[in-house]
Amino acid sequence: MNLFDIIGPIMIGPSSSHTAGAVRLGLLARQILGEEPVKAVIDLYGSFARTCKGHGTDAALLAGLLGWRPDDGRIPRALDEAEKSGLDYSFNLAETGEFVHPNTVLFHLTGAGGRYGRIGGVSLGGGRISVNNIDGFPVELSGELNALLTMHEDRAGIVSAVSSILAEMRINIAGMRVFRRQKGGLAAMIIETDQPAGQKVRPIIAAIPGINSVRLINSIL
Amino acid sequence: MEKILSLQDFVEAAAAQGMSFGAYALKAQAVELEIGESELAGQMFECVEVMRAAARSGLRGQKTRGGLAGGDAQKIFRARAQKSYINITGDIVSDAIQTALAIGEANASMGKIVAAPTAGASGVIPGVLFALEKPLGLDDAAIGKGLVVAGVIGLVIASRASLSGAVGGCQAECGSAAAMAAGAAADLAGGEPAVIAHASAIAMKAMLGLICDPVAGLVEVPCIKRNAAAAVVALTAAQMALAGIKSFIPADEVFDAMKSVGASLPPSLKETSAGGIAQAPTALAWAKEHLHAD
Ligand code: SF4
Repeated sequence: MNLFDIIGPIMIGPSSSHTAGAVRLGLLARQILGEEPVKAVIDLYGSFARTCKGHGTDAALLAGLLGWRPDDGRIPRALDEAEKSGLDYSFNLAETGEFVHPNTVLFHLTGAGGRYGRIGGVSLGGGRISVNNIDGFPVELSGELNALLTMHEDRAGIVSAVSSILAEMRINIAGMRVFRRQKGGLAAMIIETDQPAGQKVRPIIAAIPGINSVRLINSIL
Repeated sequence: MEKILSLQDFVEAAAAQGMSFGAYALKAQAVELEIGESELAGQMFECVEVMRAAARSGLRGQKTRGGLAGGDAQKIFRARAQKSYINITGDIVSDAIQTALAIGEANASMGKIVAAPTAGASGVIPGVLFALEKPLGLDDAAIGKGLVVAGVIGLVIASRASLSGAVGGCQAECGSAAAMAAGAAADLAGGEPAVIAHASAIAMKAMLGLICDPVAGLVEVPCIKRNAAAAVVALTAAQMALAGIKSFIPADEVFDAMKSVGASLPPSLKETSAGGIAQAPTALAWAKEHLHAD
């Protein structure tokens, strides 16, 4: 925590958790999808559902999906802007949820290239968030640092292959975690880096045998 | 675990270097953030600009997003322009009330604000600082320095207690904002470093125990008017401290008390809308009509 967390952030109100945090969740979901979203079905749970309109949570989530940041003055108009830019959206305010945390969202996104992603996350308070589910993988991604997200086959050598490529490119790894549903199946890896990895890295990592996909996630702070 | 900070340490360090609290805070924070003092001042300047714009846009009288409030800042602004206005608080306090309401309403209608320390309490600090602009002859750079003072006090409170209504009740949000604003006001008015800590302690003591009970879970009622009240508490505390009145309990101990009070508050009084005025019949009736039930 530093001075700019206390005096700041500059943001569109009214709520750091229900508005600024919601923008960030959308922004992360957009980057995880890795394509311009053209369709979004958005399930809201808990107080995200209850106070959605009053906190502008709907507009904030769409703003994030459009790639805007929490201080973007267009956020109050995001519903209209989404429609204009061809993002077909709908919201489900869930009656009860499989989720326990009060501020939870589940995005079902379709990208311009036809890619589909199911991304779940929570707003933790004070604008901090966590994406905790990607396509059924339980993960943990705060978006505070730049990150690389890979989906790969869970077998020996892949993690070290990725980290040695990053080392060669002088990208320092701040943290690294592998998430998997079962041994030997598909795994998700999140590598947080001090420097943004940059587009050059993506094809090199994607070429590693066993890697199915690579996404670059820029810090949302 | 983050380091626990002490306001007393800041006071002593500033005094030892013969600096005002504000000048010392600016210098120490620039070092802490590994940026130049002018860059830090520049960032604060940007915050001042956003606060100023929010204070202006909040006078337009728009309904808030949730629909529970709106138009009150404009009411007091218009009333003050009337010959018949009965100015019982004086201009400085009226200014603080007006600005705090305006920013609270701007926030609740999806305007751009500076969370200071939170979005819900974002009207308090600018309410106090802009009210002192004319009487103390402050420019934006001075107000920016006031924000650094407020920020340092906020850092101390965050490290010892919390700034979140969900964790500590509204004493942690509007209470902290009042303590931060009181210290900033005392510094801008020329108070010595020790005076800043007393102002801050006196303000927080006045806010101890304040619960977080937003009607229908929205940052509107009681939040917006509570911002105005907290701004006035801050001015009151700063005025006392500048006159040499001391807080019997040192600021750090007051912040620790705020933490323990927050821990003793039941969950129903910490942002869950399960208690306080959020459970008043009028609140429940409104929520039933306007909110999606789950
Ligand atoms: S009542 Fe709760 S939501 Fe409203 S300003 Fe206070 S802490 Fe924030």
